[in-house]
Amino acid sequence: MFDPYKVREDFPILRRRINNHPLVYFDNAATTQKPRQVIEAMREFYEKHNANVHRAIHTLSQEATELYEEAHEEVAKFIGVQSVEEVVFVRGTTEAINLVAYSWGLRNLRRGDEVLLTLMEHHSNIVPWEILSKIKGFRVKYVDVNEDGTLNQESLKECFSPKVKLVCITHVSNVTGVINDVKAVVELAHENGALVLVDGAQSVPHMPVDVKDLDCDFMAFSGHKMLGPTGIGVLYGKREILEKMEPFHGGGEMIRDVSFDPKTRRCKISWNDLPWKFEAGTPNICGAVGLAAAIRYLKALGMENVKNHERELTDYALKRLEECSKVTVHGPKSAKVKCGIITFNVKGLDSHDVALLLDSYGIMIRSGLHCAQPLHQKFGIPSSARASFYIYNTREEIDYFVEILKKIEGSL
Amino acid sequence: MNTNADLSLKEYVARIEEACGGERDFIIHFKFEKKDEAIGKILKKTKVEKTIAGIIFDLTYKGLSIRLYNTGKAIIKRAVDKDQAQSVLAELLL
Repeated sequence: MFDPYKVREDFPILRRRINNHPLVYFDNAATTQKPRQVIEAMREFYEKHNANVHRAIHTLSQEATELYEEAHEEVAKFIGVQSVEEVVFVRGTTEAINLVAYSWGLRNLRRGDEVLLTLMEHHSNIVPWEILSKIKGFRVKYVDVNEDGTLNQESLKECFSPKVKLVCITHVSNVTGVINDVKAVVELAHENGALVLVDGAQSVPHMPVDVKDLDCDFMAFSGHKMLGPTGIGVLYGKREILEKMEPFHGGGEMIRDVSFDPKTRRCKISWNDLPWKFEAGTPNICGAVGLAAAIRYLKALGMENVKNHERELTDYALKRLEECSKVTVHGPKSAKVKCGIITFNVKGLDSHDVALLLDSYGIMIRSGLHCAQPLHQKFGIPSSARASFYIYNTREEIDYFVEILKKIEGSL
Repeated sequence: MNTNADLSLKEYVARIEEACGGERDFIIHFKFEKKDEAIGKILKKTKVEKTIAGIIFDLTYKGLSIRLYNTGKAIIKRAVDKDQAQSVLAELLL
């Protein structure tokens, strides 16, 4: 039985008071809080096992290597992957997308090609492709979204042509929480000979995700949005594609051999096996240990339970927000088609006003564009306030949030 | 920026950050112990267009729109760049 009140006991930060009020943390789409199991796993690593990984013979290095490689395995199992060769550790979703852009895109995209994005993408899934298109001369096309923030299926179909080589789509919008039918998009893309990169930053932490079932070619996500530390994230890639790709960063760890040829006075370099070919330099070992602990925590709760809890909270919050006459919610009004993200505006206030006023009551929400300016342009709003829920949030917190919003409305 | 202006920023301002939004807005965090003094100085030199809930003050100064919060923060809206935001703020805090 999933019990958010029991879950809360594992999160020391939730005992804090902010501005003389109990902390209500509703900024989970930006980053999540950490349970003591993650904090302790990281502390234990530094207190007992810290050493650099791979290629050393001593005991500590072996222990660190085992923990680091176990983390790859933990991630692989969590997203339905058999082989750790398909799981590359990176700094986060942004780096994972840039890895695909520069390792795959730089060599496989050219003038005449098209890359398909959607208007609901986070900037991290727009900017790398726009930058690369200026270098390589391919065209970036944007699939439209409907007024309610869902993907426009007609626009999606219209955008496809044999020129499309890659589709980059978010699994869940970080603004509206809309869940895209990625499996259908992958099927359509593959029928048209295109690969698919899925931004899983807002899906992997919140629902069961099986990359093999989705059949996507790449998936990117971040550790810190799923109870793990910052600075560690994952790129999943199909083995046959990763094998053909050139490395992203050069340095130690990612090479098998660097031999100096005295005749040519050049070095001849061969790459390491997957996934290390893409993990140049000393990796974020402790970050990987923390991420593995976070995944174990989520698995113990059950990802179906995580999804259902957030859906119940979202459904409840959407209904209660109807009581607020000056609040406009953007995106679908049904929790069935979305994750635990509610984006809104309050008439007469800008989003920063709302966030600052809620902050004075201990409620942490985000304001601004949430790194998704094109979607805000589509909605015709300069910015928005965003409340996003996770496993430790409760109905009582939503009640408090709505009561404070009503109080703010009443004072306008 | 002149020395006095620099000093006034140092005295009252903890941090200036660019806000996330469609326009170039800058969020000012005043030092907690100096916030009331800073708010008082700013209110004296600006025109109050509107007060919301006694917490938010909608101000104008030299064509710029400023949102001042009694919690110790302010937003300078649609500034050209951080330098402009800083120099306006320095004038107000002198």
